[in-house]
Amino acid sequence: MRIMVNIKIDDKDYEVEDGLAIIQACEIAGVEVPRFCYHEKLSIAGNCRMCLVDVEDSRGLSPKPIASCAMQVSEGLKIYTKSERVKNAQEGALEFLLMNHPLDCPICDQGGECDLQDQSMAFGYGSSRFEGDKRAVESKDMGPFIKTEMTRCIHCTRCVRFSSEISGNDEIGSIGRGHDMEITTYLNQAVESELSGNVIDLCPVGALTSKPYAFSARPWELNKTETIDIMDAMGSNIRIDSKGLRVMRVLPRLNEDINEEWITDKTRFFWDGLNNQRIDKPYKRVDGILKPTSWKSALELAKEKISNSKSEKISALSGDLVDIETVYALKKLMKNIGSDNFDCRQDGSRISGPPERWLFNSTFNGIEDSDGCLIIGSDIRKEAPLLNSRLLRKSRDDEYKIGVIGFNNDITFDFDFLGENPSIVEDILIGNNNFCDDLSSMNKPLMILGQGALIGEDAENFQNICIDLAYKFNFINNDWNGFNVLHSAASRAGAMSIGFLPSDKGMITDEILSNYNNKKLDLLYLLGADELNLEKNDDCFVIYQGHHGDIGAQIADLVFPAAAFCEQNGLYMNTEGRVQESIRSTFPLGEAKENWEIIYLLAKEMSFDIGFSNLNELRNQLIEEFPIINPYREFEPLPSPKKDEFNKLNGHQFKRIIDSYWQTNSIARASSNLSIRNNYIKEENNR
Amino acid sequence: MTVRRLADNQDINFKFDNQDLKFLNSLLENYPEDKKQSAVVPSLFYAQRKAGGWLPEKAILAVSDFLDMPKIRVLEIATFYSMFNLQPSGDHFVQVCGTTPCWLRGAENIKKACKDYIGQEREVSKDGICWIEVECLGACVNAPMIQINDDYYEDLDYERTVKILKDIKNKKNIIKGSQIGRKSSEPLERD
Ligand code: SF4
Ligand code: FES
Ligand code: FES
Repeated sequence: MRIMVNIKIDDKDYEVEDGLAIIQACEIAGVEVPRFCYHEKLSIAGNCRMCLVDVEDSRGLSPKPIASCAMQVSEGLKIYTKSERVKNAQEGALEFLLMNHPLDCPICDQGGECDLQDQSMAFGYGSSRFEGDKRAVESKDMGPFIKTEMTRCIHCTRCVRFSSEISGNDEIGSIGRGHDMEITTYLNQAVESELSGNVIDLCPVGALTSKPYAFSARPWELNKTETIDIMDAMGSNIRIDSKGLRVMRVLPRLNEDINEEWITDKTRFFWDGLNNQRIDKPYKRVDGILKPTSWKSALELAKEKISNSKSEKISALSGDLVDIETVYALKKLMKNIGSDNFDCRQDGSRISGPPERWLFNSTFNGIEDSDGCLIIGSDIRKEAPLLNSRLLRKSRDDEYKIGVIGFNNDITFDFDFLGENPSIVEDILIGNNNFCDDLSSMNKPLMILGQGALIGEDAENFQNICIDLAYKFNFINNDWNGFNVLHSAASRAGAMSIGFLPSDKGMITDEILSNYNNKKLDLLYLLGADELNLEKNDDCFVIYQGHHGDIGAQIADLVFPAAAFCEQNGLYMNTEGRVQESIRSTFPLGEAKENWEIIYLLAKEMSFDIGFSNLNELRNQLIEEFPIINPYREFEPLPSPKKDEFNKLNGHQFKRIIDSYWQTNSIARASSNLSIRNNYIKEENNR
Repeated sequence: MTVRRLADNQDINFKFDNQDLKFLNSLLENYPEDKKQSAVVPSLFYAQRKAGGWLPEKAILAVSDFLDMPKIRVLEIATFYSMFNLQPSGDHFVQVCGTTPCWLRGAENIKKACKDYIGQEREVSKDGICWIEVECLGACVNAPMIQINDDYYEDLDYERTVKILKDIKNKKNIIKGSQIGRKSSEPLERD
């Protein structure tokens, strides 16, 4: 139950929750209190003194202004944020901060979005009385993403707290003291966290700025598009800032349900990949070499090849970055062709059945309610770094136990490693494991199954065992559903929910691939499917639809240039089952077309009646057939998965689905920002 | 205080041996089990002594290893406290108090004596002596004073300081404490 207290802010009455910091109460009341070190998501440091206010309680006015971030509201408290004394105190705090802050705004990337700039304007003294020498601090090397200009640092320690509380790597610290305090990593080592870029947003001044974006634009010149991210399957909310035809940078948007305030570095820095290796016109293979061609002849060629192939020898695979509409359109096209050989699980995962079997049922917010966790076959820090951070927050509580089966490297929270072998799940099921005691004491534990646990012949069986385990311990009970499957591919959940899966007579990914290798396939349609290990094979005609000249395009005979996710509108379902729309921020490159349109044109070329002629019609049809895809529907928790029969495991193995975190998809592989980062850590390790 | 960095020359072997670990573990008993990081200051101090009066990087890493602390956190502590020397401090480490009481009683002269007979502040001389100016060492009653390694030398002036330094160079025995024969801080005879 929430206890409310009555307070007065600047002589107006408010009722706020007890226990809030005064600064939070002011925020709710819409009264602005300036601050540098305070941040909602970080612990309270109270070191900048910018948030000073006057308070008055039954004992009278406080003898001196107090830091509103470090004091809680209480019944009857009167808060004055604009008194003469407060104004003086704020001016004083700012004057001290500016004393050692360089006046280099014209050459500082933070200019225009700098807290210090803004607050100096709003709360500052207006002119400088300082005549001494300013302090200068050597800039630090924090790796390829973070540019430092440490003279500008005002020692708010937000970056330090972030590094220990959110990323969990404890890499940034403050050395020295007083006048000589400096923010640095350990002896200038590059930061290793996948979330490090967030300190760029956190830093209230220009001390930590984005290295790849350095000096390339001013915030007011940018077009801002509020959209979602598809570098992983969390569906983080982002803002894409573009200038003309170029994406200049990516920033997080607040969404408490998903990414809170953070995004991963992969999301933040993939954008330069949109300018490299792009496919901007149709290509067809002539004498073994891909040559540019026209849309007309490309579509004709596709038609000819499709018509000349036996329908059971035609198959399609969809990749990790495609929107739901396009997958749906392709499914329709395949049905029209008469083929059932299509699959969206390009990594060979065997998930199937109703959505509660392969979604993150507890939702991300459910993690906050949970009281323990079992991670199975998931390299969680690479598959979803932001989840890793949520778990880190939970694991701060000594009572919160996390068990890990599978991969134990690089985890930043405290955990019990139960072993590498999937059969440990069987042991736990029969009560033959030390972790069982911990599990039985939990009321709302989470089970997180990675994709790596669900690949191979025995995967479905393994999943059934896990579901059984979920019922045995409290993972699933009447009022809790903690059975979670974690995806790492942004389009997987969406494609699964519209059933881009073969029927019983169709072929699954593994069969499609082995038929391809055994030359039993006539035609393979790759819809942005790049993460496949295939050699060029002349017996099969490969059509690749996508935006990057990556692995898929290399083996293709015909290439359709498509828009990247941020160049078209499209729906995506995240690993929780939440459907969100990705919004166009720039335009498709060259002759590239939006993804759905390519399928539409191909269907038209083949004279199929595919039932839509624009994105709206397509979307309406899709939502009608699959209401779960409706982005405007209320997001509801799913039922619990049903128990199913299972056998003893037979050589089931976990598979690592992400080798290199920075190179998981075609955009990321084309990004030099990310590949520099990838190599950087390798070089550091070699040193 | 100046900006404190690790020494450029890190050419020293450093590892906690079994005996060290035994001592360090006994330190841990002073703290709750899950708060062993609290032992960081005494551990670093022990490491400093072992390394010969300063903290090489290896010592910082060894402590971070021993206490399961992120290395940056140990570095923070090592750079925060001025009693941790990040540079080699020689066999005889002279700390000259320069705070007000000592300064009023002539600490400037002591510093001059050090400069004349040892050399620049913070540089280890050929005879392995090094001096720095520090804040109040808590012996103001017998000001001015210096500390050499673990011992205090009080009631100094230029000549007495020079004598002490010369005696160190010549490996002669020196009397610790007051250099004018006071037992504690009883009033001086007025002359
Ligand atoms: S670098 Fe930025 S975030 Fe970090 S302490 Fe300095 S001002 Fe704060
Ligand atoms: S915001 Fe309160 S002291 Fe910094
Ligand atoms: S001032 Fe020198 S010891 Fe106190």
